[in-house]
Amino acid sequence: MDMNQYLSMFIDESNDHLQSLNEKMLELESNPDDISIVQVIFRSAHTLKGMAATMGFEDLSSLTHQMENVLDLVRNEKLKMQEFIFDTLFKSLDALQLMVEDITQGGEGKEDVSAIVASLQSIVRGDFEGGGKSGADKPAESAAGGSGTPAIQLDEFQYSVLEQSIGEGHKVMYIDVAIREDCQLKAARAYLVFDLLERYGEIVKSSPSVQDIEQEKFDRNFSLYYITQKEAAEIQSMVMNLSEIASAEATALDHETLSQLASGAMGAAATADVTAPAVAEKTTDAAPAKKAEPTAADHNQKNGARAGGGTPAPSRTIRVDIDRLDVLMNLLSELLIDRSRLEQLAEEVKRSDLTETVEHMSRVGSDLQNIVLKLRMVPIDTVFNRFPRMVRDLAKSLDKKIDLVIVGAETELDRTVIDEIGDPLVHLLRNAVDHGVESTADRIAAGKPETGTVQLRAFHSGNHVFIEIEDDGHGIDRERILKKAIKNGVVTEGEGKMMSDEQVFMLLFAAGFSTAEVISDISGRGVGLDVVKSKIESLSGVVSVESKLGQGTKFSVQLPLTLSIISAMLVKVGLEKYAIPLSSIVETGLIKRDQIREVHGYTMIPYRNTHIPLMSLTALFGAPGFAENEEEESEIVVIRKGERMAALTVEEFIGQSEIVIKNLGKYLPAVQGVAGATILGDGQVALIIDPNAFIK
Amino acid sequence: MGEELKVIVFKLGQEEYGIDVDNVQTIERMMPITRVPKTFSFVKGVINLRGVVIPVIDLRGRFGLEEVEHTDQTRIIIVSADELEVGFIVDSANDVIDLDSDLIDSPPDVVGGIKAKYLHGVARISEERLLVMLNLSEVLSRKEIIQLESLEG
Repeated sequence: MDMNQYLSMFIDESNDHLQSLNEKMLELESNPDDISIVQVIFRSAHTLKGMAATMGFEDLSSLTHQMENVLDLVRNEKLKMQEFIFDTLFKSLDALQLMVEDITQGGEGKEDVSAIVASLQSIVRGDFEGGGKSGADKPAESAAGGSGTPAIQLDEFQYSVLEQSIGEGHKVMYIDVAIREDCQLKAARAYLVFDLLERYGEIVKSSPSVQDIEQEKFDRNFSLYYITQKEAAEIQSMVMNLSEIASAEATALDHETLSQLASGAMGAAATADVTAPAVAEKTTDAAPAKKAEPTAADHNQKNGARAGGGTPAPSRTIRVDIDRLDVLMNLLSELLIDRSRLEQLAEEVKRSDLTETVEHMSRVGSDLQNIVLKLRMVPIDTVFNRFPRMVRDLAKSLDKKIDLVIVGAETELDRTVIDEIGDPLVHLLRNAVDHGVESTADRIAAGKPETGTVQLRAFHSGNHVFIEIEDDGHGIDRERILKKAIKNGVVTEGEGKMMSDEQVFMLLFAAGFSTAEVISDISGRGVGLDVVKSKIESLSGVVSVESKLGQGTKFSVQLPLTLSIISAMLVKVGLEKYAIPLSSIVETGLIKRDQIREVHGYTMIPYRNTHIPLMSLTALFGAPGFAENEEEESEIVVIRKGERMAALTVEEFIGQSEIVIKNLGKYLPAVQGVAGATILGDGQVALIIDPNAFIK
Repeated sequence: MGEELKVIVFKLGQEEYGIDVDNVQTIERMMPITRVPKTFSFVKGVINLRGVVIPVIDLRGRFGLEEVEHTDQTRIIIVSADELEVGFIVDSANDVIDLDSDLIDSPPDVVGGIKAKYLHGVARISEERLLVMLNLSEVLSRKEIIQLESLEG
């Protein structure tokens, strides 16, 4: 069978699974007792194994198989997660990643993983260094007794949860359910019971375990500990109302009965009679019922905190080639042009039904345009999601303790920006982890919390997206940077003294600059930050640094929302129309001719408390049809590049508009002052002015 | 018999020129052209060709011929070669002919004022009719334009 057609799907899905494995592993690491996370990990690994086996990538599937063995023990609570297991599993994930990458490049996905496999196997055998097996709670199968009521052993944690719940006034009960003998799908029935119960409370523990129940590894009975607000009798009748349930007994518990149960004194007869004296709301009626109703559920029994929430609903998305979106965009702009022609025609024809139709078409066209633009937007999470793992590994290898806090991962950016921004951010993050956050010893000495924090924030502001990377490390030492810069000949001593802190910090981005006294393999080759700067600038972005010595450093990256659509001011100069990007406009205004001064051969106008140069777009571009010197007042656009400003005279403001940036074609050499072209609503091409070129 | 070529025929003045149909995308009537400042004098600007911005050059100007007023017959031929897309303004374009590549002879030094290096060859279609085949990559070469400009300037 030809597998090629499935290969790209396999690669995409494998990457998704690896990503989710990484995320969940990190989540588990910070919350090692949460078995429901293990469930999700197990499922992902299992799917990956299945896919790899189908595609014939044996190494991949055998490694996942070994991981699965370990995870299986963990989720059945026969093994407790600990550092060695985490590290081994992370290594396995890395190996899997390498294999998938190899496959992506057309390889066979082969990788030498014998060391990792050996580690995994030793974990399964329980003889790895650093600790034996933790107390296995209980083998599930053995508890699946016949018709008797199986006792459930509670571990300390579960016991304390139950006890606390009683203390807080919740109803805690022990429920015993028997399924009818003629039931065909025992697991499904059991699932229905779990589903029903989870709607009204939390299942703390079940016997047999949920996995075994799912796999029908039980006879007819199962029992569970349950916390709810409802009365035991109510729960009991609800369960009985499900179809094919032979009997259900809910016994409310108090402190005393609970401790009896937990100490294992719980015999085969946990019936109402036994517990009756101690129970306030008891249910003595254990009449077997035969009615029931089906439902569905499959997992997450324990520690109901995230009951039912383990697997997110599969997102309803498709993958689309970005080129197709570009084609769609071009077609759409053609449609928009035709639309404005139609509007003109309709005006001439003056038939009301034609006008109405054209108006409706205009509205649909605008909506369509919005949607097409949105299609290109991708949440920045697709870049951020690999960072937690990266920071964890970095921190470990540097022996630092670092929390990465991500805020605003849902912020959306144009796909083209997303594709490019990953590497610069990796650099900045590595920088923060390596140079920003101090070693644990230094932090303690400085009276800071042992664990450093690196914050990664993304948010929208106006037409831009800001990404900030802030650490609470030792900050940037002005003097050290200056010393280094002078030594490397980037600035002279005299210049250095004159520089503001901000200017000094920007020296970090100068080419060939590295201040780390010890060059580590993580960052500090001195090639990092200048590359970051040029990359960000190539995306029309800006990067800046703020730092307080001893308190931390913040790198901010400002990016345009999209590279293909900008807000612009349309202006008219003689017969021609130009677009000026709104991002570089400070304001628009009027200036009287007699306010214009000639200073040292420059034309200047007063602006606020200073004078700024005045340039004529007509003269710069040789635009015909506009005699601006004959005007008494001229319209000006004040533009800005960094701190400097200048004014451009134009003939007339047309208005603000969202424009699609197009390039002028490869044939034309770069024209100074022209950033590109756009197509206006009437189908005409207007040039986009690059104001930065006018400010020297 | 050589290869069969399909050739778009256009006119500059009295001369007839040909471009291989594979290099021609479309032929358009004159449309509004947006001037691009500070560029070569023969670059007339850019047009919007169904959503794509394409530079347009006056082929007369490119060959150093006198430029003329545009008429009803004036056409823009959109050619693509060497990954470049450019529109040529020509006096008229109204014929497509089949041509045997054996009929193409190497060009004389100058044809209608155009230097030989822009020409691929000359094909005699009939007794009175000569067709001059253009060498597109030379016509579109920017290296020479830059030299040309610096000489002019």
